[in-house]
Amino acid sequence: MKRTIIATVNNTSGVMNRITGLFARRHFNIESITVGMTENPSVSRMTFVVNVDDQRGLDQVIKQLNKQVDVLKVRDITDDAIVARELALIKVVAAPQHRGEISALAEPFRASIVDVGRESVTLQVTGDQQKVEALIDLLKPYGIKELARTGITAFKRGTKKSVFESPKYSIIN
Amino acid sequence: MSPKLKKADGRELKTENQEMTGSSMLIQALAREKVDVIFGYPGGAILPTYDEIYRTGIRHILARHEQGAIHAAEGYARVSGKPGVCVVTSGPGATNVVTGIADAMIDSLPMVVITGQVATSVIGTDAFQEADVVGVTMPITKHNFQVRDVEELPRIIKEAFHIATTGRPGPVLIDLPKDVSTASGFFNYDQDVDLPGYQPTVTPNKHQIKKLVEAVTKADKPVILAGAGVLHSGAAKELLDYVEQQKIPVSSTLLGLGAFPGNHELSLGMAGMHGTYTSNMALHETDLLISIGARFDDRVTGNLKHFAPRAKIAHIDIDPAEIGKNIETSIPVVGDAKEALRMLFEAKGTPCDCTQWKEQLNEWKQENPLWYKEEGNSLKPQRLIEMIYEETKGEAVVTTDVGQHQMWAAQYYKFDKPNCWVTSGGLGTMGFGFPSAIGAQFAEPDKQVVAVLGDAGFQMTAQEMSILQELNLPVKIILVNNASLGMVRQWQQLFYEERYSNSLFPIQPDFVKMAEAYNIKGWKIEDPNEMQGALKEALNYEGPVLMDCRVHKDENVYPMIAPGKGHHEMEGVKP
Repeated sequence: MKRTIIATVNNTSGVMNRITGLFARRHFNIESITVGMTENPSVSRMTFVVNVDDQRGLDQVIKQLNKQVDVLKVRDITDDAIVARELALIKVVAAPQHRGEISALAEPFRASIVDVGRESVTLQVTGDQQKVEALIDLLKPYGIKELARTGITAFKRGTKKSVFESPKYSIIN
Repeated sequence: MSPKLKKADGRELKTENQEMTGSSMLIQALAREKVDVIFGYPGGAILPTYDEIYRTGIRHILARHEQGAIHAAEGYARVSGKPGVCVVTSGPGATNVVTGIADAMIDSLPMVVITGQVATSVIGTDAFQEADVVGVTMPITKHNFQVRDVEELPRIIKEAFHIATTGRPGPVLIDLPKDVSTASGFFNYDQDVDLPGYQPTVTPNKHQIKKLVEAVTKADKPVILAGAGVLHSGAAKELLDYVEQQKIPVSSTLLGLGAFPGNHELSLGMAGMHGTYTSNMALHETDLLISIGARFDDRVTGNLKHFAPRAKIAHIDIDPAEIGKNIETSIPVVGDAKEALRMLFEAKGTPCDCTQWKEQLNEWKQENPLWYKEEGNSLKPQRLIEMIYEETKGEAVVTTDVGQHQMWAAQYYKFDKPNCWVTSGGLGTMGFGFPSAIGAQFAEPDKQVVAVLGDAGFQMTAQEMSILQELNLPVKIILVNNASLGMVRQWQQLFYEERYSNSLFPIQPDFVKMAEAYNIKGWKIEDPNEMQGALKEALNYEGPVLMDCRVHKDENVYPMIAPGKGHHEMEGVKP
């Protein structure tokens, strides 16, 4: 099952390495990781999409992440109301006569053309994974020359507590 | 007691808020952490620190290989409960301690390892003796640091000791670039540790304890599985009190030996691959298994499909990630073993009425004890271990390498007291037994330390006999010499149709001469009739001794759970 997990971590060198290394050696199947600074420059937020077999596998991912000294808080937000976005850059084969068509396709997705070449255009799209998938699917017949996706970054909707006020982790909670 | 650090002119150093070099800060901080002995080996990148060791006179034990230093620090940590400290240089010095760090990690030993590193200006350039030690040790440390700024050093050392010794203990590495160790800064050690992401849960949840108390009352066939976590939290007395209150039988993991007295009527002995029949059958038949500070290693559980098939499982562990990792748990209790046992004891639950269960266990004990055959005029390794137990009256600290001798020691030396058993359980590290005995002797200078070693493992770190020679440490080396990699040979015999690929040593060194080369007293024993007398003499001898005991070569360790089998499928239970 696919789960979306967010973690706030210390923004220090090597933390990304620690986390990805942990995933690799524990055999956790990872689909994407995104990471970036938060409103607090000493804290980064990571968003993982992982594929786990069952609840026990999910518990292990969360517990092992929590064991890391540099990890401040971990939460599985898959079943919560969340804001989740992915960015994709899609370079599509586009002869001059097809450009209008591609532009029209992009519009309902609120994608924008960010580069135009002699034989191609590059579109930028942001949104949830399904939306990005749908646009890619529509553009496939034209011929996709290059594709770059960030993986999703996400957090829960509504108010959030500071990571420093969070209760300490226990499996009882 | 912490060493008093002095200047060369003999005046005591006053350190707080003084400007000093990074290496000086390091030594000051070690003194503040009450580190009384460091195990290590110098080299280029760590030279400023070694200069400080020279100037301040802090006690340092020079191993002859970094692996010896780290295993000695492990032995020290295991017996004293205090963090073992190991200092080595960059590159090869650091990579030589990797095995020991991994060993300490899997066996949860508190350790602080300090590695020199090339100067920050050349990190990443493949400089002389450079290795990415932080990257290499990331998966095998509880946490690691590289110091980039001398002003950060006091905080980092304080955090390192805090992390190593709290929660589930483990090794922490500090990588110290040479220029940071020579740079100057202000030493401020009176600061609080502030790690919001690291807050181990020490006190268990009351509701979970209540659930466990209720489960004990309802159980017909309860069993406690005592692991090393009981020893790490210093909870042996609390375990004994609780067991005597509730009358629950106790099975032990390999590393948990000594957490509960081996000679107690409620002790079932060791569980697992070479555990007792009673202990394993108890795990198979129990309806309530209470694991305390044990992590359900595959050598304990056997095939998970057959593990404790009828049991409700309660798991007490300070590391939440251990709960549910290998075995699904009905009653998870996150917290320190000592706290948990104290709360269980105070709850004064109604002890289960399990007379029938105890009768069954006693019957198994009577009918299927550990066994071996006395054969002709050859020295039996099992008898050798029994004799060590008899002669030391169970008072010695016993260390081992890994293999057959380790299992015989676990089976036949009845560990009655806590912190007397030093073995590499999780990683199974050959070469561990001898240097860890040296560390154990530093932790307990007045105790008899006996290193029960295989002839193969001993040859991996035998050079540390130099330390015995230099300091006249009274460690007794008992070689269980079967001229082979005994456990490998046993597996080849049982599972590889007797193809003994590279497991036999047709030619052995003269171990007695080896010992004598280090000015250590050595004996060779072949006749079982000479063994007891020789052992008495060795144990009473004031200095170090090596006894090369030539044991029966084809002896196997039984009983045994073969790979893939369950506890109820033990082989070699009866002669």
